[in-house]
Amino acid sequence: MGGYAFYVWGSYGVTFALLAVEVVQLLKRKRETQT
Amino acid sequence: MTTQSIRWFWYASPQTFFPLAGKIARVCTLLAIIFSISGLYVGLFVAPTDATQGEAYRIIFIHVPAAWMSMFLYVVMASWAAVGLAMNTRLSAMMARALAPTGALFTFIALWTGSLWGKPTWGTWWVWDARLTSELILLFLYFGFIALQASIDERRRADRAGAVLAIVGVVNVPIIYYSVQWWNTLHQGASVSFTRAPSMAKTMFLGMILMALAFWMYSIAVAMTRVRCMIAEEER
Repeated sequence: MGGYAFYVWGSYGVTFALLAVEVVQLLKRKRETQT
Repeated sequence: MTTQSIRWFWYASPQTFFPLAGKIARVCTLLAIIFSISGLYVGLFVAPTDATQGEAYRIIFIHVPAAWMSMFLYVVMASWAAVGLAMNTRLSAMMARALAPTGALFTFIALWTGSLWGKPTWGTWWVWDARLTSELILLFLYFGFIALQASIDERRRADRAGAVLAIVGVVNVPIIYYSVQWWNTLHQGASVSFTRAPSMAKTMFLGMILMALAFWMYSIAVAMTRVRCMIAEEER
């Protein structure tokens, strides 16, 4: 990444981690409503 | 009233909308996966290295779509809230509530990635200029909407109060969009607009549009799933 790896992967990593957290929380909530 | 217009209101009821929301969520999940894989491929492997910013510019494929979504979702959220306020429809208020956390998330992502982009290109993580400050206010508006909804026990009252806040906050969206024109700012102007050709390489533009579509589909899928949870929790 031409010396910018921290900034580029810091952006992509946090973004997809946060989206994953939202999806996991939502799936958990969905499971709870079905029981 | 004609039969056609009655069909329109068929899905205004949470119970009839519930199965449709499930179908929309499934289709949009699939599209989000396809668009994000193709967008990441174009953005990380096909798009050329930028002449002035080197590889650091690749943050654009997350930053710009996230910033677009943060503003777009707020307008959609406020529109649903306004419909709920005017017509007293439960589903509209639910849609507004379902969009708020995702909107806040994309606002945070826009700020986070902007900060990580600002450090190598501007030499600073943050400046209190018009674009960054107004986007931060947008994040607080989302938080305010969520907090206000959560602080009032009676559902209808919470929805009405939230709707007023959401509608008043819409004024911030054009301020964010035009901030780079109205004030002197470190932030660059728009590279993409409806009135002229994008000022970037075709593959860069393609990667950005694919990621924007991916975030768009993701937002619909998540909002539909969340609204289904709300219907299941509140209408039983």
